[in-house]
Amino acid sequence: MALNKAGIAKRIAQEMKDGYYINLGIGVPTMAANYIPKDINVVIHTENGLLGMGTYPTKDNYDADLVNAGKQTVTALPGASYFDSATSFAMIRGGHIDLTVLGAFEVTDIGDIASWKIPGSRVKGIGGAMDLVAAAKNIIVAMTHTNRKGEPKLVKHCTLPLTGLQCVKMIVTDLAVIKVTDKGFKLLERAPGVSVEEIVKKTAAPLIIEGEIPEMKI
Amino acid sequence: MNKVVNNIEEAIKDIKDGMTLMFGGFGLCGLPEKGVEAVLKSGVKDLTCISCTAGVDDFGLGLLLQNNQVKKLIASYIGENDDAEKRLFAGDYELELVPQGTIAERARAGGAGIPAFYVPASYGTEVAEGKEVREFDGKMYVMEKAFKADYAFVKAWKGDTNGNLIYKATSNNLNNPMAMCGKITIAEVEELVPIGELDPHHIHTPGIFIQHIFQGKNYEKRIEFLTLQD
Repeated sequence: MALNKAGIAKRIAQEMKDGYYINLGIGVPTMAANYIPKDINVVIHTENGLLGMGTYPTKDNYDADLVNAGKQTVTALPGASYFDSATSFAMIRGGHIDLTVLGAFEVTDIGDIASWKIPGSRVKGIGGAMDLVAAAKNIIVAMTHTNRKGEPKLVKHCTLPLTGLQCVKMIVTDLAVIKVTDKGFKLLERAPGVSVEEIVKKTAAPLIIEGEIPEMKI
Repeated sequence: MNKVVNNIEEAIKDIKDGMTLMFGGFGLCGLPEKGVEAVLKSGVKDLTCISCTAGVDDFGLGLLLQNNQVKKLIASYIGENDDAEKRLFAGDYELELVPQGTIAERARAGGAGIPAFYVPASYGTEVAEGKEVREFDGKMYVMEKAFKADYAFVKAWKGDTNGNLIYKATSNNLNNPMAMCGKITIAEVEELVPIGELDPHHIHTPGIFIQHIFQGKNYEKRIEFLTLQD
């Protein structure tokens, strides 16, 4: 069965390692913070100016001056730090962030990503996505395997405006975990009960499949 | 040296049509509310406004768009403002989308005497069209130019009469880089104190960047998404 959003978030969390500084995009990526393995310490970066983001606040301790990159109220953990946007993006641009997780509309088998604009649809803008994908060392995309029309989002060429080139390292979808290698997409894992055939059918670029593909452990 | 003004009208008395204004804040967090109100009241038009976002329909930069005072908006995101989107499609103003980190750095560079710099962000995308690109150590970069602004409006938590500023939590965001960039920077603070009361170790924006400072009253500090634990 295809994973729900929480399932994707849980699988993403398994990529976190002790000592990582991590930037989580809006939506499913942010949910991954709920599933950080108990035996590791990581620091969550939110690009509007906080390292050490905590949970959402309670009705008694929220603060209009303390928000995340999605403009939601949040809290700061002990050991947190605040800083301005120039410093925050120096952390990103300077390669200091160990893991970046964000959503996407399309990803190609060389790691190009389209995530910010659908021509003819709503204009939202870029935010920090272009800065993140251009500089982060380790970028994971969290997304559904197909769009609302059922069309593949893992493709040979992006049809939508690009966010960045050759930057995505891994994709976690509701159906599969796929790595972007020098030779293209490589299928690493499949969602419990989802067949390799279904994943191949819903992927619009060649998939490297070696041996038995294990199920994700969620 | 007297940087303290009684009200913002006094600080912007020389504001004119066609000027470039920058506003600190990320969404509505750290928004210079009094600065926006004063520009709205002044009625100046054909403005180029630089801001991280377009605020929301009826608050923040959205107010200046609604009042048709903006000729060009330079921002990274207008997603929370439906009216800004409608007006964009209607051709009421021109939008230059800039990656968020690039906005911050263009402001910082403007204040730091660096006319241009290279960043990897936006290389190969439509946002980089027409911009000079260059390879360094095998990677491609886009040249970005520093901002220049006639006025920068910034908002801090505390300030002293020398213009030293301290921001609360994540409300610093674009305020510090933009404070550096304004030809005239106007700081509005929730609490203005005499010199000597702020610990110099804790200053975020040194007063040298601030020309005028005042204490604002009745801050709304609207929250875009009040998100609480389940």
